[in-house]
This record gives sequence, structure tokens and C-alpha cells, in this order.
Amino acid sequence: MDNSNRRSRLERQIDENLRKVYHNEEEDAPVPDRFLDLLAQLKEQDIAGDTENDA
Amino acid sequence: MTRKVPGPADPRDEILEHLQGMRAFAMSLTRNSAAADDLVQDTIVKAWKNFGSFQQGTNMRAWLFTILRNTFYSAKRKSNREVEDVDGVFAATLSVKPSHDGRLAMKDFEKAFALLPLEQREALILIGASELTYEEAAETCGVAIGTIKSRVNRGRAKLVELLDMSNDEPMELTDNATVAVITAGLSVRKNIA
Repeated sequence: MDNSNRRSRLERQIDENLRKVYHNEEEDAPVPDRFLDLLAQLKEQDIAGDTENDA
Repeated sequence: MTRKVPGPADPRDEILEHLQGMRAFAMSLTRNSAAADDLVQDTIVKAWKNFGSFQQGTNMRAWLFTILRNTFYSAKRKSNREVEDVDGVFAATLSVKPSHDGRLAMKDFEKAFALLPLEQREALILIGASELTYEEAAETCGVAIGTIKSRVNRGRAKLVELLDMSNDEPMELTDNATVAVITAGLSVRKNIA
């Protein structure tokens, strides 16, 4: 195997490893409550704002 | 306790689908789990309040990553605490010893990745891990497509160099447990001194 082929293969493996690390995190890690709470809070603020505008 | 989660009809609900990807990208920028989650929180608030600027039918992940990245660099300019290593001068002074068996240990990979200049780390994460197109990554970073390609290529090449992968042994992450360790490690690791 010449150097360019070997380097190309190694670079592909780097990408695969990056995906494995971050894919693993995305698949397995639960969404922290702080973000679910934040999204719920933002939604509630929108609803409250709409209600005020309607009044 | 009943948790209110945005209803399915709201297009902003899609933000939730990209949350872990945003956390991973934020981690690659900040290399600190607390700072990364703070950055994601700021990004969510900005995205929510400026959702009107999002063009339906385009890649929301790329749009969110752009906000996240802009937020990061804006805060970084303000604090100006982290020393830039754009040219990789610091990284060039360090090396990572290869594993004895030729396989890429996760710790080695983590250390090598952390040594890359910030611009190369983000390019590799956007292209290699987040699966954005080169066009989307270029737009996210506000640079030309060729610049992103160059950063990705230089980042990969630097990793090969740092890991001294000069033999033909396969390079792969060893197992899921190790993956979990490095994922956690990415959460807490600070700049290598």
C-alpha cells in the first residue's frame, strides 16, 4: 500500500472515530432537564404573550 | 410533575432533535461540559426568539450551529481569556504516543483531537461527526467552501501526524465502554497543559 492510500485510509478512519464518539453521545445521553425546562418555559412565555396581545 | 414539552405542531420543536448535536459541537469548541451546556442554552434562547429568520426547508442543524458558533465567538471576544492556537504552534510542540498494539486508544485520539487548532476541530466536527455538507459547514463558519475543506484536510493530517500512525495496523475505537469514557472525558477535559 503506498503512502497516499494509507493516509487516505487513516483519514477515513479518523472520520469514523469522530462519528462514533459523537454518535454515541447523541444516541445514549438523555436530554438534560434544564433544556426541556427551558423549551417549556419559552413556549409558556409565547403563550402568555399571545394571551396579552389578544386581551 | 407534568412536563410541558412543545407540541408537535410547532416547527420549533425540531430544536430538540438537534440538541445533542449542539452539545457535541459546543463541547468541541469549549472543551468544558458546563460551558458547553451554557452555550447551548444561550443558543436555544436566541434561536427561539429569532426563529422568524430560519428559512423553512433548509437545514435547521446548520442554522442552529451557526447561532451557536457566533455566540461562542462573541463571548470569546468579550472574555478574551483563551489563547488562540490558530497556527497549531502549541500543538506542534507536543506529540501523542501511539498505543503499543497499534490500535488507536480513545485517550490518544482525545488528546490528539484536543491539540488541534480550534478552527480545525470545529471543521472536523461539522463535517466528520455532524454530517453537515461542506456548503453548510462553510456557511456556518462564514468562510469559503475551500477553506472548510482545507481545515478538514489539515485537521485529519495533523491527527495522523500526532498519532504517529505510521504502520498498517487498523485504527479503531476499542469498545463501547471506551467510547463512553472518552465521551465523558470530552465533557471535563480542559486544555492540555
